[in-house]
Amino acid sequence: MTTITHHAPDALLAAYAGGSLPQPFALAVAAHISLCLDCRAAYEAHLATGGAVLETASTEAVSDGLKSNVLDLLDAPIAEKPVYQRSGAFPGPVMEALKGKPPRWKSLGMGVRQSILSDGRDGSVRLLYIPQGRAVPDHSHNGLELTLVLQGSFSDETGRFGVGDLEVADQTVEHTPVADAGAPCICLAATDAPLRFNSLIPRLLQPLFRI
Amino acid sequence: MKQSSPQISDLTAAMIAVRNDRDRDAFALLFDHFAPRLKGFIMRTGTGSGQAEEIVQDVMLTVWRKAEQFDPERAQVSAWVYQITRNRQIDVIRKENKPLPEELGEDPSAEPDASQILAVEQEAGQLRDALGRLKPDQREMVEKAYLGELTHQEISTQTGLPLGTIKSRIRLGLEKLRHELKELR
Repeated sequence: MTTITHHAPDALLAAYAGGSLPQPFALAVAAHISLCLDCRAAYEAHLATGGAVLETASTEAVSDGLKSNVLDLLDAPIAEKPVYQRSGAFPGPVMEALKGKPPRWKSLGMGVRQSILSDGRDGSVRLLYIPQGRAVPDHSHNGLELTLVLQGSFSDETGRFGVGDLEVADQTVEHTPVADAGAPCICLAATDAPLRFNSLIPRLLQPLFRI
Repeated sequence: MKQSSPQISDLTAAMIAVRNDRDRDAFALLFDHFAPRLKGFIMRTGTGSGQAEEIVQDVMLTVWRKAEQFDPERAQVSAWVYQITRNRQIDVIRKENKPLPEELGEDPSAEPDASQILAVEQEAGQLRDALGRLKPDQREMVEKAYLGELTHQEISTQTGLPLGTIKSRIRLGLEKLRHELKELR
């Protein structure tokens, strides 16, 4: 087990607990918490605060029939939702986004691959596969980007990121992540805005590859 | 005067009885406590009375059905119910499931450590007291954050609440659970 050195910032965990994070970020944070006991403890501390808010909320009387209704339904059969387990490098929440199937990789050239998990109005989230020594093309960010390492490691101007580490980058960070030697680096990358490249050609490719 | 030793709260005891013994009377007690609070809490976000009651019903049924996941060594009942409530509200409003962290694998111990439970309750009580001592505008910001009405950019990490102490206590509960998991494998 590697030691996680890059954690989710507290405001992000609070927003995740409160439920205001856009879906792509919520997935990245849920996956990080699945790997990181420290951030799980911090997240549960935020749930305790939410519990305190609930406990001190002003009350509203419920309808007369609600309690007997609920009591009658206690043992009614329900359709169980599937629970997705961790599989290889992919924690449960990522497996859920993959609907239990292996990722469908698409080549981005130079051995780099991606598998888009979702792409919508509130951002996008995808898996990236980067062979050792390869860079994710130089890009800067319109909004916030969360990158969670699931296998291998990468390094950029801000440090080295191994399995479980979460990198938080915004428009102030101009970085070039390069996969370290060893197993190919697989990471989960979530953004709330389309990425843009600094060089011309990848920018032309951007709509094509949705990167 | 001799002080009596502290007792596990009625709510925690009721939740453990629901979890271990499927105790319906204990569940009724939880319903009476939480249903009006939940309805008030849910209506704060602008949800109407009818839909709020539907969510209250879903939440209370989940409390019954998922009781085996409740771990009093890590969470107070209110924290656990809060989590279920926000998840349900998000599912209803956004019509998509909120991604949730993996469960830790094994169910929590059937015979939990009373001193750890009491310590978690004590920390949660201090958190509630601290919430009560905040200035009205500070308190409103905290409430908004946990009702999901502030973006992460808007959330200041300086809430004035002593989150560090309860975090360390929860961390102990998590480590204990993980230790038990290792022994099972």
